[in-house]
Amino acid sequence: MESNQYLAMFIDESKEHLQAMNENLLQLEQSPSDLSIVQNIFRSAHTLKGMSATMGFEDLANLTHEMENVLDLVRHEKLSMDDYIFDVLFKSFDALEAMVNDIIAGGDGQADVSEIVNHLQAILNGSYSPSQAAETGQVSSTSSEAKVLAEAFDQYQLSIIKQSLSSGFQVYEVRVKIRQDCVLKAARAYMVFDALERSGEIARSIPSVQEIEQEKFDHEFIVYYITKLHAQEVKKLIMDVSEIEDAVIETIDEQKLKELQDRSLQDAKPQPEPAAEKPKQDSKKQAKGQTSAGGASNQQVAGRTIRVDIERLDTLMNLFSELLIDRVRLEQLASEIGRHELTETVEHMARVSSDLQSIVLKLRMMPVETVFNRFPRMIRDLAKTLNKKVDLIITGSETELDRTVVDEIGDPLVHLLRNAVDHGLEGPEDRIKAGKPETGTVHLRAYQSGNHVFIEIEDDGRGIDREKVLSKAIQNGVVKSEDAERLSDREVYQLLFASGFSTAEVISDISGRGVGLDVVKTKITSLGGDVTVDSTLGVGTKFTVQLPLTLSIITAMLIRLGEEKYAIPISSVVETALVNDEDIRYVHGMRMIQFRDNVIPLIDLASVLEVPGHEEKQQSQELNVVIVHKGDKLVALITDEFIGQQEIVLKTLGGYLNQVFAVSGATILGDGQVALILDTNALIR
Amino acid sequence: MNEDLKVVVFSLGPEEYGVEVDKVRTIERMQPITRVPKTPDFVKGVINLRGVVVPIIDLRERFGLEAAPYTDNTRIIVVNQQSIEVGLIVDSANDVVDVNEDHIEEPPEIVGGIRAKYLRGIAKLENDRLLVLLNLQEVLNKDEIIQLEQLGED
Repeated sequence: MESNQYLAMFIDESKEHLQAMNENLLQLEQSPSDLSIVQNIFRSAHTLKGMSATMGFEDLANLTHEMENVLDLVRHEKLSMDDYIFDVLFKSFDALEAMVNDIIAGGDGQADVSEIVNHLQAILNGSYSPSQAAETGQVSSTSSEAKVLAEAFDQYQLSIIKQSLSSGFQVYEVRVKIRQDCVLKAARAYMVFDALERSGEIARSIPSVQEIEQEKFDHEFIVYYITKLHAQEVKKLIMDVSEIEDAVIETIDEQKLKELQDRSLQDAKPQPEPAAEKPKQDSKKQAKGQTSAGGASNQQVAGRTIRVDIERLDTLMNLFSELLIDRVRLEQLASEIGRHELTETVEHMARVSSDLQSIVLKLRMMPVETVFNRFPRMIRDLAKTLNKKVDLIITGSETELDRTVVDEIGDPLVHLLRNAVDHGLEGPEDRIKAGKPETGTVHLRAYQSGNHVFIEIEDDGRGIDREKVLSKAIQNGVVKSEDAERLSDREVYQLLFASGFSTAEVISDISGRGVGLDVVKTKITSLGGDVTVDSTLGVGTKFTVQLPLTLSIITAMLIRLGEEKYAIPISSVVETALVNDEDIRYVHGMRMIQFRDNVIPLIDLASVLEVPGHEEKQQSQELNVVIVHKGDKLVALITDEFIGQQEIVLKTLGGYLNQVFAVSGATILGDGQVALILDTNALIR
Repeated sequence: MNEDLKVVVFSLGPEEYGVEVDKVRTIERMQPITRVPKTPDFVKGVINLRGVVVPIIDLRERFGLEAAPYTDNTRIIVVNQQSIEVGLIVDSANDVVDVNEDHIEEPPEIVGGIRAKYLRGIAKLENDRLLVLLNLQEVLNKDEIIQLEQLGED
């Protein structure tokens, strides 16, 4: 039981770190010199390593450990990123993901990572050069070389020092003495480290950073310091820290380094993993020192979140709704009884509970970002496989959706994106021929409108050939040829979603896996959404996925029709207005009004919704209308009264009533009554 | 011997009906119902059942029986069939009884105007009581609703 609990946590967090890692790797590819990104990847790898070691997933720990070493070199500018390193890092990432997936599937997360580890070690040892990157034959020899390690200095540290010297840095052996009466030795040591790291780098310390942190040293410690400063400046830096007795600085030159190296080799003892162990400790410390600002805030974020079972949130929400109903009863009772103290208390309770309400409701929402994050990597790989150049532009990833929808929407989107890159975009040559830039663009957009979240996938590729789709559809018997001409473009494109339909003439291994757009459609429909296609031949294709916000909160305008109350999502509302009888025009028997510069239809909502006992007001001079929009189309809806604007919880009508005309859901009002939420899009043709 | 079935007994007019107790989530008194436009007549609307919006259907109208005014005895039996939750308006909910599976017989073609497919069987109880067991799956058949909805739209 216990370990299962941790396992779930482990899985969740690993996924998070993998995602972060993936994202950062991609970002880094864009700006390879941005060390802060390397820092982030390093952190993810480091955490992952710690977690997997704790959970006993050795291979996972092993691989992350090697990655960490490479990243450590990079972030200390000992190594600059190149294609080879990227490839190896991506490969490592894939392996990590595979292992984590194995663990999720109930496996033990074991995998043969030795090859990737070898590659990583080759990078670490500098025994590869970008030009001969592809060749990995020499890797095995270096790993044996790596075993000849010194106790005092490992290969890694020595090579750092060597490299630093040759690139014009100064290397000092600094012996720092702390005053005997110093109370917080570790803190002073930390200050020294901190001061030094501001203008250089500590290659090694004796005793180790960890031991120093634990005050496991006398009053003296040694650091090997790489910097551009002069010895005097270094000394000043150290002496500026209070309670330091003395700092003895000795310059290390080639000669001295050789001595050190020899000493190391002599002292070499068989050790399990010194090369790995030491830089890790150092780097830990350095990570702290260098990124104190960024690192601290990052940790805070991690510490401030908590994972909650979604069912518990549901329960909380339902209990809360009951509380609200009781609140309204209390308010009524209080007003009947009319005692001042009671009224006051109830009012206070009302305030507190409405605050509470908004918090409870927001708990379930999460940004689509978590899903979108995995796409850049996917597109990158896809573009490579297909030899296409693709720019993926993501906007609106902060758009929030209900957690359950976010969890489900990934697969259909993957498919649509693949479709866009595979079928939509032409190859570079064709693009140039068509007078388009070589690099194709795929836009992935999310935005909220009304009770829906729209996700658009738009490419600037070849577009869909209406005639091809039709002939295929006729061939497959989906459409009769005599009907074909009458179909609108949109209707034709909808045929793509018919099962077993593929327009690719050459079935590639990417989309030719027997999964068609029909699966996408089914999935999206099962989420209560819809998907439409717009396309212009030669210009591009746009898939629009419309998703409901199932359980979420929106701001709505409450209106009254007869005895009934309805909510209109505020995002559909353009404005409210009073319309005089004489302003109404008749066009083709339809009532229209002038709004701004447009003539827009006037719809009697009560009669559309068949509100009982509602007779159209013949005599009234003024009508309350609310003007709503769907895209750029506008209509004016006649209402009896505007009740006001408020935040409402979206609820579904349940499985039994899943498709009701012009109703997208319901909400529970403060008095416990259910009000329907109008889907005004259905009223606009 | 087959096992006993626990059944909630309710009435529609003179007949007594039963629905398995494990399908019943709760039995509620009549309460205000929010009408849902453009749905079949027997769909009375939705209620707020402790924070969950639940559709309510009038079982009499669902079965094509003559409508009756709601009284103090009128109850809403909220049933759950394959994760679809629906409240059924019945004249009254009376009892919970054990029915032996052996005593359930095939339903006759028509029971008080109700088509056989809505029924699971007829159970004979003591004192010559007859209990009509509902086939909830058919009663809550969604396909039928969709057809009816489409009729309404045309």
